Amino acid sequence: MSQKESLFSEKNIKLFTDPFNNGNPITVLVLGICSALAVTVKLQPAIVMGLSVTIVTGFSSYIISLLRNTIPNRIRIIVQLVVAASLVILVDQILKAYVYEVSKQLSVFVGLIITNCIIMGRIEAFALGNKPWPSLIDGLGNGAGYGMILVIVAFFRELLGSGTLFGLRIVPESFYVKAGGFYENNGMMVLPPAALILLGVIIWIHRSVNKKLVEK
Amino acid sequence: MENLIGIFVQSVFINNMIFAYFLGMCSFLAVSKKVSTAMGLGVAVVFVLLITVPVNYLINKYLLQAGALSWLGGEYADIDLGFLSFIIFIAVIAWIVQLLEMIVEKFTPALYNQLGIFLPLIAVNCAVMGASLFMQEREYSSVAEATSFGLGSGIGWMLAIVGIAAIREKMAYSKVPPALKGLGITFIVTGLMAIAFMSFSGIEIKID
Repeated sequence: MSQKESLFSEKNIKLFTDPFNNGNPITVLVLGICSALAVTVKLQPAIVMGLSVTIVTGFSSYIISLLRNTIPNRIRIIVQLVVAASLVILVDQILKAYVYEVSKQLSVFVGLIITNCIIMGRIEAFALGNKPWPSLIDGLGNGAGYGMILVIVAFFRELLGSGTLFGLRIVPESFYVKAGGFYENNGMMVLPPAALILLGVIIWIHRSVNKKLVEK
Repeated sequence: MENLIGIFVQSVFINNMIFAYFLGMCSFLAVSKKVSTAMGLGVAVVFVLLITVPVNYLINKYLLQAGALSWLGGEYADIDLGFLSFIIFIAVIAWIVQLLEMIVEKFTPALYNQLGIFLPLIAVNCAVMGASLFMQEREYSSVAEATSFGLGSGIGWMLAIVGIAAIREKMAYSKVPPALKGLGITFIVTGLMAIAFMSFSGIEIKID
């Protein structure tokens, strides 16, 4: 294999940065929303989830790209599922071993990374037709773009819903009505509908700034 | 019996796959532009959930759980294959979906024409995998309970997608800010629907 292109060429960097804006998997491509929102009540599980998805997407793209010339076209879906499922099992076992509390909070959503459309989407759209290294970058970039949205949603939900960030108190205890203050947490924010509405608002802002993405 | 009805009602209205867990959102957003296609996908999901949840329940109970293999003899009693559940569940789902597609194609071509294009999509629908994983996590005590949970989740999902499709059909005539058009407004409407569904919480069917 001739190494004409450097590992961090402009093209490869673009593969990584594109998912943060023009090609964001959640707000633009509408992929992987399934497991996205239920884990965003608190920042910590959102970050763990984002990292897990990034790792699984990156490496499944890499592995499929390595195998791309040997996989018969007819059974490629099942091969992709097996690769993704094996990586998810690894991630799940690691989470259970090192951050058991977070893994309990994520409950079934770690397993659902397997059916997360981002993984299948990136494999089908990119890894099957490209070399391993760009595929790895593309996968990592898309996972990170997905993680970014999770973290934004979780930031607002945790701050407004519980007055904390990473479990540390941000809104002082004395502000609360209970302690004679004026402040009350927005109970709505910790419930599922808030995630949907916040995501709608994020998309709204994103598309107002980036006019190219407006749907006709 | 009341227990089964309770699980059913709870999984349709309170623990709704879409509104409480956001499962199956991808196809929920992609296939909800017309009521008739939404209905087709909804029926297909009900079908698949009704079969996959009990099958995975049996597999989990007799093969995967800690101690599940004790029916093979005492020396197998402390084997725990739980870590394999993700890969087995997804394989079972993919297999059943494929089988179902072949059966429907063979025996009811009319139904196949309606559902055909949706069936392959369902293998990677998070709601289907999610239902199996919830079934495992909640440790239902019998196949009947698992079946009632599967059916309830499917009907809840169908209700949600048909509802949003009807709203989106009407929304085509309303003025939406350009940047909010399409995806953005759909999320917000789904959020409002989720708030409406929350009024069901607290319903409990019990006998004394």
